[in-house]
Amino acid sequence: MSAASGPAERGGYDLAVIGAGPAGLAAAVAAADLGLRCALLDAGPRTGGQYYRHPAPGLGATRPDRLHHGWSVYTGLADRLAAHRRTGRVDLLGGHQVWALERPADTGWAVHATLGPAADERATVRAAAVLLATGAYERQLPFPGWTLPGVVTAGGAQAMLKAGLVLPGRRIVVAGSGPLLLAAASSLVTAGAEVPEVVEATGYLGYARRPDVLAAVPAKLVEGAGHGAALLRHGVRLRRRSAVVEAHGTDRVTAVTVARLDADWRPVPGTERRIACDALAVGHGLLPQIELATELGAATRTTPDGAVALAVDARLRTTLPGLWAAGETCGVGGADLAIAEGELAAHAVAGAPAPTALLRRRARLRAFAELMAAAHRPGPGWTGWLRPDTDVCRCEEVPVARITEAVEELGAGDARTVKLLTRAGMGWCQGRMCGPAVACLSGAGESRADSRPLSCPVPLSQLAAGPPAS
Amino acid sequence: MENARMNPPMRRRTPAALVGAEPGPAHTIDFDGRPVPALPGQSIAAALWADGVLAWRTTRVGGRPRGAFCGIGACFDCLAVVDGRPNQRTCLVPAEPGTVVTTQEGNGRADLAV
Ligand code: FES
Repeated sequence: MSAASGPAERGGYDLAVIGAGPAGLAAAVAAADLGLRCALLDAGPRTGGQYYRHPAPGLGATRPDRLHHGWSVYTGLADRLAAHRRTGRVDLLGGHQVWALERPADTGWAVHATLGPAADERATVRAAAVLLATGAYERQLPFPGWTLPGVVTAGGAQAMLKAGLVLPGRRIVVAGSGPLLLAAASSLVTAGAEVPEVVEATGYLGYARRPDVLAAVPAKLVEGAGHGAALLRHGVRLRRRSAVVEAHGTDRVTAVTVARLDADWRPVPGTERRIACDALAVGHGLLPQIELATELGAATRTTPDGAVALAVDARLRTTLPGLWAAGETCGVGGADLAIAEGELAAHAVAGAPAPTALLRRRARLRAFAELMAAAHRPGPGWTGWLRPDTDVCRCEEVPVARITEAVEELGAGDARTVKLLTRAGMGWCQGRMCGPAVACLSGAGESRADSRPLSCPVPLSQLAAGPPAS
Repeated sequence: MENARMNPPMRRRTPAALVGAEPGPAHTIDFDGRPVPALPGQSIAAALWADGVLAWRTTRVGGRPRGAFCGIGACFDCLAVVDGRPNQRTCLVPAEPGTVVTTQEGNGRADLAV
């Protein structure tokens, strides 16, 4: 690599933590407590990740806690981080989008990142161990009209609200499946939006099957009840076993059609109702963001909602030596679990014994996460709301008809072949938005671990300047 | 809101009121030749949403309008031309005083006819 145009180098770390959300923050401060020297990298300018995303300092929020659950947990971690940064035990590297991990020699890892939203510079961070705490992104299932302006992801509506204090509209329907919907709806109404309905595809009955698991996590129930109370107070109706099967409008969404679903998520004919709205926040749970590890061959597991997560042992070790994972990358389970796993992983990396209470806490929360995933697993009948001209891939504008043609006439039997024949999943987002739908429509069933040689777009000029040896 | 008698002294609920925001003075960005206010720290996408603008791109194939979808830099639906640079994710790029945002047509290089 030429010295003249090479990336900035930082080295000598015991541990590089990728992602400064709940898992990564907890891991970095716990590892520093145990004496390790850490680099904490995040694509965003501030810590907190998506869960603890908060207003930019210029917005002068005096009560950021009002948009958050457990805000004091975050400020506690942030304070500990600040103390470790002062002593030089942790370097916080904000605006670092990691696009590749490399293990050039037994000496440790090279973590390659681009800097800033325009990705116009590069940096390499060297560390003996790496902890992947990259969180998750939202699972989307297409429906007619989902590309209209005003249709946004449930997580996106929350992110824009938390960081920029803005709403996509005044009257926002919230739809999809999973606990994020209640959280999103409750923050939207508290921030002044009207939410006529929360439309949840499942019946929540899945939770009732394991009262023992529920009873072990009272905090989770209190949190759920808190959202429920906020929704009741604002007159929000919760519509179960239903889905938004179409969004209407020409230049932006003006209404949605909601239909009842059968147990397989097939829309029940004759049950359609139209709801006027100027925005729709929609999402079907979260998918672990794990491609930095799967690209290197880390083993995965399928979670009860059909998502692919990293396989880790009781000490959060992946199957790659020197690579740990914590939080949503090991299966989506929320901030409390992420924090417990981050701390556990830090102990493991430092070679310290795992505190028994922490092990128990993690086991309890992990069991709840698996129950939650099972309860919200998408039913196979959702494809019943598609039309031949519904775009599945937003980036490349590939409609359902082209995918069924690839499967039925050209003989494609998996998502990869469909992708090659139709370009679905080959655009900017690299299949993050359409991946689950394409996998399902290609008849291959569950989506497999995503394979993306670069985990984010990297300008060609930078690759030319010195790609990692592979 | 609409029913003022329900809660007489209540201010209209807004995200800013909720978090007790005391932002620095608003500045202005230029969106397709029109001034749009932005608060310090807001992304371009957030400033456009606050102004009621939901679309600032048209797609390559169908020429359909698009704006921010995921809000976190993952979907690339929010691309626009920012200060002459096409394909910028406006949900990530901060709105700076005087930032010039232009609706992006197709692949953002219409002026080059490629
Ligand atoms: S809204 Fe998805 S990348 Fe900006």
